[in-house]
Amino acid sequence: MTALQRQAHSQVRHLTADDVEQIGRELDRIRQDVLDSRGARDAAYIRRVIAVQRRLELASRVVLLAGRYPPAWVLGTAALSVAKILDNMEIGHNVLHGQWDWMRDPVIHSSKWDWDTAAPADQWKHSHNVEHHTWTNVVGMDQDVGYGILRMSEQQEWQPRHLLNPINNALLAMLFQYGVGVHDTGIAEVRSLKALRNMKPENKAKLKAVWAKVKKQSLKDYVLFPALAGPFFAPVLAANVGANLTRNLWTYMIIFCGHFPDGVEQFTPESVKNESRGQWYLRQLLGSANIKGGKTLNVMSGHLSFQIEHHLFPDLPSNRYPELSKEVQKICAKYGLPYNSASLARQFGTTLKRVVKLGLPTKQDLRRTFAAA
Amino acid sequence: MQPQSQAASRSLLSRFTALTDAFAFPLRTSHYLELVNPLWTTHALQAKVVAVWDETADARTITLKPGRNWRSHRPGQHLRVGVPIGGMHYTRTYSISSAPERNDGCFTITVKAINGGRMSHHLVRNIKPGDFLPIGVPQGDFYLPDANPVEPLFITAGSGITPIMSMLRSLVAQERLPDITHIHYAPHAYDVIFGQELAALAAKHPRYQLHLVYTREPGETTAEKRHFSATTLDSVCPDWRTRDTYACGPQGLLDAVESHWRNAGVSRQLHTERFRAQVAAAPSEITSGTVLFANSGVSAASDGVVNLLRLAEDNGLNPPHGCRMGICHGCDAKLKSGCVRDLRTNALLNEVGAIVQICVCAAAGDAELEV
Repeated sequence: MTALQRQAHSQVRHLTADDVEQIGRELDRIRQDVLDSRGARDAAYIRRVIAVQRRLELASRVVLLAGRYPPAWVLGTAALSVAKILDNMEIGHNVLHGQWDWMRDPVIHSSKWDWDTAAPADQWKHSHNVEHHTWTNVVGMDQDVGYGILRMSEQQEWQPRHLLNPINNALLAMLFQYGVGVHDTGIAEVRSLKALRNMKPENKAKLKAVWAKVKKQSLKDYVLFPALAGPFFAPVLAANVGANLTRNLWTYMIIFCGHFPDGVEQFTPESVKNESRGQWYLRQLLGSANIKGGKTLNVMSGHLSFQIEHHLFPDLPSNRYPELSKEVQKICAKYGLPYNSASLARQFGTTLKRVVKLGLPTKQDLRRTFAAA
Repeated sequence: MQPQSQAASRSLLSRFTALTDAFAFPLRTSHYLELVNPLWTTHALQAKVVAVWDETADARTITLKPGRNWRSHRPGQHLRVGVPIGGMHYTRTYSISSAPERNDGCFTITVKAINGGRMSHHLVRNIKPGDFLPIGVPQGDFYLPDANPVEPLFITAGSGITPIMSMLRSLVAQERLPDITHIHYAPHAYDVIFGQELAALAAKHPRYQLHLVYTREPGETTAEKRHFSATTLDSVCPDWRTRDTYACGPQGLLDAVESHWRNAGVSRQLHTERFRAQVAAAPSEITSGTVLFANSGVSAASDGVVNLLRLAEDNGLNPPHGCRMGICHGCDAKLKSGCVRDLRTNALLNEVGAIVQICVCAAAGDAELEV
């Protein structure tokens, strides 16, 4: 039995070590099938999404110039929200994963791309592609487990500040782009002025880069476009704030539904020592959850409605996840593996329940806290 | 427009786009202009195919209208052209065959479908007017000097005629055609690219001496007469040692020409343009070799099994990297030459410019990487 299976709540104790490696080989095979069949159809897909996103954003900005009129405001804000969500999810997130690098397009490439969010592309590629995707749900190694401010795992020791879990969660959701933006800077660990002053120079440089980007984004959304509308400054400003907020709430929800619904496993650093490729695959499968929905949800979530497939194959083009899902489910059925897929309501509901529940101490937590005090 | 006012209007334009770029952040104005006309972009240079013309059965001239960031070429220069096949961009280098004096803002490349050449076949058979191709700006030092009038000797074969054609057309357009000897090799008369134009040029300008050699025409000629030889050269162009010679064609021809000029001690008179093979041989088994990390100049012996990241680190380098398991693309590096093997799938990558995940790839024989 591998270390991964010895965990208390393991759902895969029945597997032999050979099974785990065999699962890895079967997943490698379906990965290879996609690699071998990538082609013009896929390239046309991402180009179309990019063109639609740009047209939609342009149109929404134009409509919002008439933002004083409520129908124009509602339409413009909705369109801008969708454009920003497409930019972040189906385009930015996936391009920066290198999902489209195979096209060798000089522009649509993970080393060249930037997106309309606070996180500079290079920093995000480190915190997300390297840390989160390599150490998915390993508490203490994957910063996405709570973003440094929430308690999202029983393995994280309860502290009185976690009583604010629901409030911090709401704040994180509303300011999600900034939460992700400073993800790679280590700022979440900083709890005092002194610690701030003593931050590593490279982290200070990263913060500066985030700030430089935030300034330019804010200038665009909160000064330039409102000013362009002249007398309609206020409604355009409100629309842009609204669109950014909508995008923040949506991306937060999709991403939290990926790793925190009931049934998703979390892992200890010990359980991933000397992890094999098969074990890594298995951990990605156990540590992710899908959201059931239609095509619209798939595109609007950047196909993170197939979070399991995304974590198994982070650099395969997202438009292939639906077909990959069928193959992955066959393997799950064959080896008796869980495949966590449920409605948005169920996944998000159980995620919120976790936020509230883990904010509250158990009797043990209280006893320990008082003993320490 | 006067050059000065042109520069002034350009700087006004660049100031204006700096402002509109602030509206487009993190993209640029150019990304939105692309929606209207890809030729207006400045972030990526593209060209529109405006016409295609079959020169011979397997060679086609493609007329391209380049985008805003284009700069005029010197006759003889080449450019990189990207062609999407199966959703992937393949890049090849082609000489420009038109003269820079052309005044419609277009230029031409002339492509011959080579046996087994996927890209050239695609360009010759499938590209149609209205298509857009990503391009680079003109490059290369294979061109006639501006200042001194030279008496050139041109030696070309097959599609190697293209850069020379640009030179000839330019010299004609400038009305300063010097005394030229031109030896051109082609399999048959009907294979001569620009055959009619060359013949017309020779008829009109006695100073332009054209010698066509057919390498596969049935007849009594010996192999020596069919391909480049000292005898032919001496008879056709006795003063070749004193001429500035420009040669372009297949590897075999250029090798022969270069060694002949070297032996005569007049290598400095010879200018050649060769397009190196873009694809290296792919060994079928695990092969040891030498890996050159080009950015640092470090070379290392590879056993064909150790991954390239590890190899770089063992040799004192510290290339950027992340997950070490092929998922994060933090270590991606460009293949400059040679062949590498993906350790996960055993797939071989041997195309110049291919992106290599160095943490999960090993060299297959020799390889050169931008690390």
